[in-house]
Amino acid sequence: MLAISRQRILGQCFQKIRPAVSELRSYSSAAKQITVREALNSSLDEEMSADPKVFLMGEEVGEYQGAYKITKGLLEKYGPERVLDTPITEAGFTGIGVGAAYYGLKPVVEFMTFNFSMQAIDHIINSAAKSNYMSAGQISVPIVFRGPNGAAAGVGAQHSQCYAAWYASCPGLKVLSPYNSEDARGLLKAAIRDPDPVVFLENELLYGESFPVSDEVLDSSFSLPIGKAKIEREGNDVTITAFSKMVGYALKAAEILEKDGINAEVINLRSIRPLDRSTINASVRKTNRLITVEEGFPQHGVGAEICSSVVEESFAYLDAPVERIAGADVPMPYAANLERMAVPQVEDIVRAAKRACYRSVPLAATA
Amino acid sequence: MATAFSAPKLAAQPFSTISPSSQDRPLKIPFLGSTRKLRCLGSSRLNLSRRPSGPVVAVSDVVKAKKPTQNPSLLITKDEGLELYEDMVLGRAFEDMCAQMYYRGKMFGFVHLYNGQEAVSTGFIKLLKQQDSVVSTYRDHVHALSKGVPSRAVMSELFGKSTGCCRGQGGSMHMFSSEHNLIGGFAFIGEGIPVATGAAFSSKYRREVLKEANCDHVTLAFFGDGTCNNGQFYECLNMAALWKLPIVFVVENNLWAIGMSHLRATSDPQIYKKGPAFGMPGVHVDGMDVLKVREVAKEAIGRARRGEGPTLVECETYRFRGHSLADPDELRDPAEKAHYAARDPITALKKYLIENNLAGEAELKAIDKKIDELLEDAVEFAEESPLPPRSQLLENVFADPKGFGIGPDGRYRCEDPKFTEGTAHV
Repeated sequence: MLAISRQRILGQCFQKIRPAVSELRSYSSAAKQITVREALNSSLDEEMSADPKVFLMGEEVGEYQGAYKITKGLLEKYGPERVLDTPITEAGFTGIGVGAAYYGLKPVVEFMTFNFSMQAIDHIINSAAKSNYMSAGQISVPIVFRGPNGAAAGVGAQHSQCYAAWYASCPGLKVLSPYNSEDARGLLKAAIRDPDPVVFLENELLYGESFPVSDEVLDSSFSLPIGKAKIEREGNDVTITAFSKMVGYALKAAEILEKDGINAEVINLRSIRPLDRSTINASVRKTNRLITVEEGFPQHGVGAEICSSVVEESFAYLDAPVERIAGADVPMPYAANLERMAVPQVEDIVRAAKRACYRSVPLAATA
Repeated sequence: MATAFSAPKLAAQPFSTISPSSQDRPLKIPFLGSTRKLRCLGSSRLNLSRRPSGPVVAVSDVVKAKKPTQNPSLLITKDEGLELYEDMVLGRAFEDMCAQMYYRGKMFGFVHLYNGQEAVSTGFIKLLKQQDSVVSTYRDHVHALSKGVPSRAVMSELFGKSTGCCRGQGGSMHMFSSEHNLIGGFAFIGEGIPVATGAAFSSKYRREVLKEANCDHVTLAFFGDGTCNNGQFYECLNMAALWKLPIVFVVENNLWAIGMSHLRATSDPQIYKKGPAFGMPGVHVDGMDVLKVREVAKEAIGRARRGEGPTLVECETYRFRGHSLADPDELRDPAEKAHYAARDPITALKKYLIENNLAGEAELKAIDKKIDELLEDAVEFAEESPLPPRSQLLENVFADPKGFGIGPDGRYRCEDPKFTEGTAHV
């Protein structure tokens, strides 16, 4: 199933790159394929070689080659002073990263998963995010916190939470979430060069997926703008916003909806904070219907913020209530079938899109 | 009820090698809790064989090695003495003025005063260079003043005016000054310790990876006895010793964490002993005596500067006022307070200076007057300063003006006119 979906995605990518291509970008039909893992690894490598102030720290980033092999080969290349294996002390080493960033170094702190970042959240919020404001601009914190976020496969409640909404609610942080290899490369480079603290939410299940990339993406000066979403698939009938793995699901759902005559526009948010409200609103003004998709808990989630933003700015354009698809409001269960129910699936997106399109009266509350 | 009457026992530990008045006592006691030996009252010696971390010079030897031209019993010159006196008087007078201003409504929120602990701040910070860093807690006014932040800037910050050191955005608990390398000001206890360890890490990184050969900046992390039960403290003791970072961990043990006595909260109240457990020297010093603190500080800062690694220094000190200006301070025994009030560091230094003919009464009074005038001026300046403009509310959230990051050409994206067109194209 993965192979089929991958082909689908490739097909999508080829088709949608064409309308979105700028005159400068030339792509050949034999575009190179790289996995998200390779994209992240190459970004780290290039940024570390370009700027000696960039260094990595985290558990198992060095000799183990990275818990998910993202930092493979970097210890051999840059040495133990720049690729630091830390003890299991999230609060301690995150704070050390922040202190080093205060003095102009550029740490890239890896959390084995973002669930462990909760042990260090005091430093992410209080000493990294708030410092530029508290010091009135005297001290900026050019740090990147990266790691896998959200549900993996069968890892249980304490390893499966999505932290996009929590971090995105905090002023002073930038929160990015890439989907494909191009996003991974561009956004990670932008994050490392950025003078502010960036929370970079990857997804473990996407690490092994390959996506085609153009030569421009492979260039070492490539970077994507922070705070700008990408329209992965253009459409006219309904807007679907998603980030990270859900973009893939949304694209698959769009394929299915196409057969039913619904032309869906899929927006890959890329940047959760700052959120690209203008792109989302422009899209809703065109399609008049919105579905937000995310993997995390529904209450106070990313979808809630997008819905509010659209209601505030484009209320007159909405033809149907905004549909919010999120993970189930429970800690992640372990059993495979329950886990499948706790995370949005393609069918959920399709159903929601159909509801948004055929409905002319508000839907009564459902269980 | 466990009071700090057992505290004098801590003070009586065999560390008082530097007693200003007794020149004759044999001074052969090595650093307590050095990596070679651990000495504590009543328990057997522990010989920790660790990889050698360089010679830990006994303070006594440092004292003995002083230049022969100077009277060997004196630890400071006249100029140094006056500098220390002035700094401590500034700290004390400033905090008293803060209390006055708070009760008049000019200052608000949480204000934590440092009265009584001046010896620690002055003893340590006056040995630092401008590029060395200090990380503090919410009790940071005097650390800021000792590090060189002008009193006008600190007072304005406390009043919440735009001329404050953080333009009124930080407040009492968040003093930052990049010019003086004072990097906080943290409200959560223990939060400053990893940040300080990171600052020390950056100094080592600059020297070793960026090849700035002269970079020997030292970081001091100040925190209290309550923090020594916090996980981050231990995490950083471990990593600082593991990576031999140029940092000194200074514990201002004033025996009370708001209303929680140190003895009620800690299984082993002798904090300096926790250093050797992580492979660094742990030293206990009388924090009410600025000269003793200064001697220990010289050694610890010297160790860090030479690249020999971190030191844990426990300063036994006391705060004369409550935890904050909102604290009624009912739990502390008046006898304990009286005991420490009798050991006021400023009075002790004054006595030392006069007895050893380093300064006269008149000179010291002149310094007192000068500080009073300085503070009057600071208060006036703060009163007359404007409140921050409304536009300041949304400023400085990011270093990057609009938060869109930096493009491949190295400039801010938002400055690129093509950026706002369309959606995310490269």
